[in-house]
Amino acid sequence: MTLGGDCRNCRLMLAYALRRVLQSFLVLLVVGLVAFSMFRFVGDPVDNLLGQERTQEDIERVRADLGLDDPFLVQYWTFLKKAATGDFGLSYRQARPVGDIIAERAPATLELALVSGTMAIFFGVVLGIFTAIRRDGWVANVIMSTSLIGVSLPTFLIGILLIYLFSVELGWLPSFGRGEVVDLGWWTTGFLTASGLKALILPSITLGLYQMTLIMRLVRSEMLEVLRADYIRFARARGLREKSVNFRHALKNTLVPVITVTGLQLGSIIAFAIITETVFQWPGVGLLFINAIQFVDIPVMAAYLMLISVMFVGINLVVDLLYFAIDPRLRADRTKAH
Amino acid sequence: MTDLPQIPPQVRAKAPSRFTRAWDSDFAYQFRRSPVAIISFTVVLVLVLAAIFAPLIAPYDPFDPASLNLMNGFSKPMEPNAFTGDVFWLGTDDQGRDVFSTILYGLRISLFVGAAAVAFAMVLGITLGLLAGYVGGWVETIIMRVADVQLTFPAILVAMLIFGIAKGITPVEYRDQMAIWVLIVAIGLSDWVQFARVVRGATLVEKNKEYVQAARLIGRGSGAIMLRHILPNVLSPVLVIATISLALAIIAEATLSFLGVGAPPTQPSLGTLIRIGQGFLFSGEWWILLFPAATLLALALAVNLLGDWLRDALNPKLR
Repeated sequence: MTLGGDCRNCRLMLAYALRRVLQSFLVLLVVGLVAFSMFRFVGDPVDNLLGQERTQEDIERVRADLGLDDPFLVQYWTFLKKAATGDFGLSYRQARPVGDIIAERAPATLELALVSGTMAIFFGVVLGIFTAIRRDGWVANVIMSTSLIGVSLPTFLIGILLIYLFSVELGWLPSFGRGEVVDLGWWTTGFLTASGLKALILPSITLGLYQMTLIMRLVRSEMLEVLRADYIRFARARGLREKSVNFRHALKNTLVPVITVTGLQLGSIIAFAIITETVFQWPGVGLLFINAIQFVDIPVMAAYLMLISVMFVGINLVVDLLYFAIDPRLRADRTKAH
Repeated sequence: MTDLPQIPPQVRAKAPSRFTRAWDSDFAYQFRRSPVAIISFTVVLVLVLAAIFAPLIAPYDPFDPASLNLMNGFSKPMEPNAFTGDVFWLGTDDQGRDVFSTILYGLRISLFVGAAAVAFAMVLGITLGLLAGYVGGWVETIIMRVADVQLTFPAILVAMLIFGIAKGITPVEYRDQMAIWVLIVAIGLSDWVQFARVVRGATLVEKNKEYVQAARLIGRGSGAIMLRHILPNVLSPVLVIATISLALAIIAEATLSFLGVGAPPTQPSLGTLIRIGQGFLFSGEWWILLFPAATLLALALAVNLLGDWLRDALNPKLR
């Protein structure tokens, strides 16, 4: 590999990364505009902040405070500056800073997403490998058919079904809430108590099941593709052990698409957490968002929108860059440099 | 003319009737050969007919307060009520409403919202897709960029947001009446991207073909070329996407209604009924939840399978 070839590649990569970062910022600016328009045009912010008994001076003072008389672009800029520091004003419903409310709810959602994400990846990959290697076995067939039903079942029905089975009929697991949580000051965790861990089981299965089936099917189809490749046949012909062929050679080569798709799925876990959190009355950010929609609590909605967009756009960006970095086929000129 | 040889009638093939032609077509043959397609089509047909004729089939009008008797509340399925002796096939809810009737009316709303939302998404997606593909330039750039951005977010989240914003804009006294329409717009707007992408892709291919050039040469306007010439040729993948979208839209509607940000209790869809039924899960009135849930599942699964089969049968170049 020559130095020149390598550097042409890194220049290319830098340009690509720069363009993607710029695009991501543009998307965030647009989403910010949507969030800002919600504040400005959905309902009257003055109305929402002042009660029934108000004077004309009050109205003018609040208008000046909120900067509602400034030109549109100035207002938008102020909104973006405040949003960047996590300041979204007061919730109309709870009359507390939205940033505080979200910070207090975030641990519940993140712990749920972490557990179900880990579960989905682990079981998805394991079952995917299994169904690919034992392609014609009856166990694999049963798993595949069950997964088809799993994909068609709406998330909330899975949750209700699990509650009915394990909470109502068997009485083994709690049907709602986080159980006992330990307050660490800046974080509340359910990992440290028995009831907290028990409360995590059903919601994380509900949330992770769909992603698990997706990952499983992806791993299976990728694996089947790779197992047909010439180098696998060659490895077998060389007399390598089955285990070594399956795991050292085949699995390694299926992982690139799996990593990228899984990365993109992480974002939707957070989004689908809204449904799971409602079914299980899980005190997380998703439940907060649903309540905000029901009561038209614009600041909370706007903050959630911004938060989740930053996350989505960030994940997309990282996955795209990773893809470019991991998969040599995307960098054709590198192979030419050899 | 008269000296043409007469063809004996038993040799002359009868022109196949329209029905025979349809029956013998490749499409119909594949349909007859696939039990999954037949079963799911039957299920969808039965459910759609049940929804259309709900006022005729339903034994009770669940939304007429005069016909409700609170004494009938919590009747078990197929058992006479302890107080009134009335029998309800699928039982009643807490207010004595017949579950079978509420499901029929709920099915109506679920199907209507699903179909209307897909129709809306289809019209929007086809229009924007045609424009992007045929006009190109900055129109294309803007439309496809917006599509890309929207695709970054899960459709259900987009629908929730649109619903929330629309709820904020509509005055409080109209919110319940408008909820169904808001729901249609929200789900429709969250789902147009797929249509636009496929139509744009197909339009890009079609617009360089000779028939389009010929139409342009004889002086037809761009609008006419897009609608009369290109559109009919890009429709078959659109139909497949529409079927799959219908299943997704029905589930999306049910999910939103279940979360309490969809159809209001005054116009309950299947999702709303499941939301109501969930409250009785712990007190043992399982039928209020089970039957609407089973109906939703049957509907979603059947439409899904039908869409899958349709995709294989028409086999358009979707990807």
